[in-house]
Amino acid sequence: MSDLENLKTSLLADIAAAADEAAIEAVRVNAMGKKGSVSELLKTLGAMSPEERQTRGAAINALKNEITEAITERKTVLKDAAIDARLKAETLDVSLPVRSSPAERGRIHPISQIIDEITAVFADMGFSIAEGPDVETDYYNFTALNFPEGHPAREMHDTFFFQADEKGERKVLRTHTSPVQVRTMEAQDPPIRIVIPGKTYRQDSDATHSPMFHQVEGLVIDKKSNVANMRWILEEFCKTFFEVPSVTMRFRPSFFPFTEPSFEVDIQCDRSGPIVKFGEGTDWMEILGCGMVHPNVLRSGGLDPDEYQGFAWGMGLDRIAMLKYGMPDLRDFFNADVRWMNHYGFRPLDMPTLFGGLSQ
Amino acid sequence: MKFTLSWLKDHLETDATLDQICERLTAIGLEVEDVDDKAAYKPFVIAKVLSAEQHPEADRLKVLSVDAGPDVNGGKPLQIVCGAPNARAGLVGALARPGDYVPGLDVTLGVGKIRGVESHGMMCSEKELNMSDSHDGIIDLPEDAPIGTSFASYAGLDDPMIEINLTPNRPDCTSIYGIARDLAASGLGTLKVPAAPVLKLEGETTVGLTIDLDDEKLCPGFGLRLVRGVKNGPSPAWMQTRLKAIGLRPINALVDITNYMTFDQGRPMHVFDAAKVKGDLTVRRAKEGETVLALDTREYKLGPNNVVIADDNGVESIGGIMGGEHSGCDENTVDVLIESALWDPINIAKSGRTLGIITDARYRFERGVDPEYMVPGLDRTTQLVLDLCGGTPAKEKIVGYKGYQAKTVDFPFAEVKRLTGLEISADESREILTRLGFTVEGASERVGVKVPSWRPDVDGKADLVEEVMRIHGVDQIKPEPIEKLSAVNGRILTTLQIRTRTAKRALASRGMLEAVTWSFIPEDQAKLFGGGSAALKLANPIAADMSDMRPSLLPGLLTAAQRNADKGFGDVAIFEVSGTYETDAPEGQRRVAGGIRRGTASINGAGRMWSNATKGGGKPVDVYDAKADALAVIEACGLPMANVQIEQGGPVWYHPGRSGTIKMGPKVVLGYFGEFHPKTLGSLDVSGALCGFEIYLDAMPEPKKKATRTKPGLELSPFQAVKRDFAFVVGSEVEAGAIVKAATSADRKLITGVNVFDVFEGASLGEGRKSVAIEVLIQPVDKTLTDEDFEALTGKIVANVEKTTGGVLRA
Repeated sequence: MSDLENLKTSLLADIAAAADEAAIEAVRVNAMGKKGSVSELLKTLGAMSPEERQTRGAAINALKNEITEAITERKTVLKDAAIDARLKAETLDVSLPVRSSPAERGRIHPISQIIDEITAVFADMGFSIAEGPDVETDYYNFTALNFPEGHPAREMHDTFFFQADEKGERKVLRTHTSPVQVRTMEAQDPPIRIVIPGKTYRQDSDATHSPMFHQVEGLVIDKKSNVANMRWILEEFCKTFFEVPSVTMRFRPSFFPFTEPSFEVDIQCDRSGPIVKFGEGTDWMEILGCGMVHPNVLRSGGLDPDEYQGFAWGMGLDRIAMLKYGMPDLRDFFNADVRWMNHYGFRPLDMPTLFGGLSQ
Repeated sequence: MKFTLSWLKDHLETDATLDQICERLTAIGLEVEDVDDKAAYKPFVIAKVLSAEQHPEADRLKVLSVDAGPDVNGGKPLQIVCGAPNARAGLVGALARPGDYVPGLDVTLGVGKIRGVESHGMMCSEKELNMSDSHDGIIDLPEDAPIGTSFASYAGLDDPMIEINLTPNRPDCTSIYGIARDLAASGLGTLKVPAAPVLKLEGETTVGLTIDLDDEKLCPGFGLRLVRGVKNGPSPAWMQTRLKAIGLRPINALVDITNYMTFDQGRPMHVFDAAKVKGDLTVRRAKEGETVLALDTREYKLGPNNVVIADDNGVESIGGIMGGEHSGCDENTVDVLIESALWDPINIAKSGRTLGIITDARYRFERGVDPEYMVPGLDRTTQLVLDLCGGTPAKEKIVGYKGYQAKTVDFPFAEVKRLTGLEISADESREILTRLGFTVEGASERVGVKVPSWRPDVDGKADLVEEVMRIHGVDQIKPEPIEKLSAVNGRILTTLQIRTRTAKRALASRGMLEAVTWSFIPEDQAKLFGGGSAALKLANPIAADMSDMRPSLLPGLLTAAQRNADKGFGDVAIFEVSGTYETDAPEGQRRVAGGIRRGTASINGAGRMWSNATKGGGKPVDVYDAKADALAVIEACGLPMANVQIEQGGPVWYHPGRSGTIKMGPKVVLGYFGEFHPKTLGSLDVSGALCGFEIYLDAMPEPKKKATRTKPGLELSPFQAVKRDFAFVVGSEVEAGAIVKAATSADRKLITGVNVFDVFEGASLGEGRKSVAIEVLIQPVDKTLTDEDFEALTGKIVANVEKTTGGVLRA
């Protein structure tokens, strides 16, 4: 029996010594292959007597099973070691930087973002968005809005003019978004609830005035809307827009040619620090102008002022952007400085909604 | 409009404090812009120099002993070192003590030691107290000035100054009297109505006066009075103090009286030295080219649109705007002609604007001066002249004035509630209007309201509502919710608005920064991009390089990129979605999404990366970056990309060989993309690797209206999709797009995609040849394809490509 024992010892030693998958395969072939040492022993089984088969045969089979198992076991160990080695070799320096997502790099200009914020608020109150041309006729910019010819209020607008045409009429760059009021009344029957954001132009330039700027204007026309409703709309808007639980507003009688009565509206705030805070403090800051649509403007829009009534308001878009987000100088809005855009711009996926909040 | 508290109280009997008055002014629409309570002047006291000795260590300094009354320093004199040349024993002046803030020096005094001598304060000059620029010496008051009392109240410096921001509709409040009337109407006090002066008139105003105008509204009235034998010197201190307090410079009594009337009563007046007037006065249009040397000592060239007062010398005064220097009053004036006239607001505004003259008179006349006060104003001015200068007044001459026809507004009191929501009783409304000077006629709920002569701004019901509302109190209006039109609001944006918004977000998601650049650009830049037409040129640009409405977003973006590059930020990807201007008509304003990339600012990010090969970027941007941006906009806007065609080449500002035109059908141009023509960049003074695009959002067709929101059914083939590669050798000029199109059309049912994965040009292919490799995606629909099927399909693809492009399979 010692030959079997010797073979077993020798094979197990070979198995243990096999250092990689190729070596163990060689051991397997040596033992279990066609001419392998164990295979050769198995071949002798056929010629054995039943008694011999009972003893030596059983021992050969046992040897075969033992060697097979040892090989399988060793194979698994070596395979795992090979994977470990491969993984080790494949290791990469994950501290190396990757490219940022373009959607994280891009920026939306504060003006666009604010228009979206305003749209979100007013859409909820049933308003739609109206627009009109930047190059306007004198009629829509002034006359239809009850600016009489030669009235000093026209002068207050520092209007940009184009050259007069052959009829002596000269177009203007609209000085406010109000021409869209009359254009809308001409095109649509009441009830009208619109918000008009857009570019406006005046010949003026300093830290808070720019020859090009943006306004947002609102118009409500129906048969019963009054100053009390206007107060409600404006307070709800300011509260939502500035994202504060409450605001205190002060309506002061004022004058605009296209509204009567007219008001300027101040919002209570704290101006003691570098940033204006709303919903607290004891200072007042003028934020918008508004009033009941002047009967002459209703008439310009083809409406009977004894039947229809309504209100309008307007404010500087850039200005409320500056108040909310703290840009110090209006002129920077139009300089396209990448550092400014990166800093004050908004990420493209930060879309203002009422369900997700106007700002992040 | 500035005034002082004491001046207001000339006309208003009230116990209200300064704060209460200011608060009320703002509440009734007379917005207080600035208040100066003059607290800064409070500390200074009147003090007397008892002795002035030479300073032991300094030739120019004196050591004063100053008595500031019993309340200062326990009544003991103070030692003060002073360098003023007029410092002397017996001088009475203004003392500032340690701890006092001296506004003209912007310092708070301490106890000083000057060349070894202690100084316990200073005697101030007018400049040091911000009273004037005079720094010749310290203030030298009359000897009887009360020592130890407030200098400010002695000098009239403690009168609080209020400045209101007057809206252009309120000519009645260009006078302090008018402001008092408004405050009184609001219940803050009682208006003191002055008695009309009783003048003892002697003789006639001997100067002839005619109005010679083709349009009588240009000068609807002219009053003139001669006062003989006046003595014109400085006006009294009280008047000078008031005028100075509101920023006017006292000149002489006669001139000061006219200025005083302007502010006190809103009644601009003019005075002529009668001795300098030659012949009669005529109110007429100026002749073309006529000139006048005005009181501001500038010469103005006039024309027929300017109304003047002229005599035989020529123009003596520009009516309602500014008097002439020639006939002005000075200390030698003996006989004075006082003018109180009415002028046409529109003409005054236009004249003032074209002549470039801003005066307090113009300010009032262009808003509207009370016609009914023309004659009373003349009388009141006459009285002031008699009071201050003496003389004998003659009977006035009044020409042209036809009296005031009051407008009557039909006013249902219910209008107040209709427009404001305020519940105000008819009685209260009636009372408010009456207090403001309106005459309410009728006793019912619907009345006639007569408008007073000083309120030209009121002509309708809404104006009266405003009057009632502002006096009742705007803060009484409580917010009231507006009715909802529907429970849940539907879509509110138009397609163009949605596309504008989407385009912005899509481009920003591609790593680009949104810019807002000027709508007006320099003329040469406008011309480079197809603009510069006369109709889109501003007549009065704010700067020469902001003259023309932009025909394209690109010049603004390209120059912006250069500005950034000049600051060291050369890799820039910016875009703008806004208007460009083709004509001056509303439809000539386009809605464009445009963008540019500079340097290496590709979608993957700018600059070098440790592994550009695998992470992208690092290469200069090119036409394909711009194309990808342009198509991203179109795709984001929801256009069917299958209908979009690309044509080689674009407008002249692009590189002719590296630009494309994007079309939808043969007619609709959706936009352009490409690299730029070197000449364009040169003219813009812009350099670097640049590419850009513009997409016309307003050219995109509205999406087809769909009957249902349901998407078409999805049929998934059970058979395996396969890919086959082909490489075709074609002429270099052949467009890859043509090969793709030919391959696609080989079998529209089975071929679901064709992708160009390699383009190769090399010597092995021969001169003028290139190889285009495509991958064709084949999706069997009803059975697995056999080898024969594939062979047939392959043959068709090769044949189609060969037929349309001349390409052959690469060996």
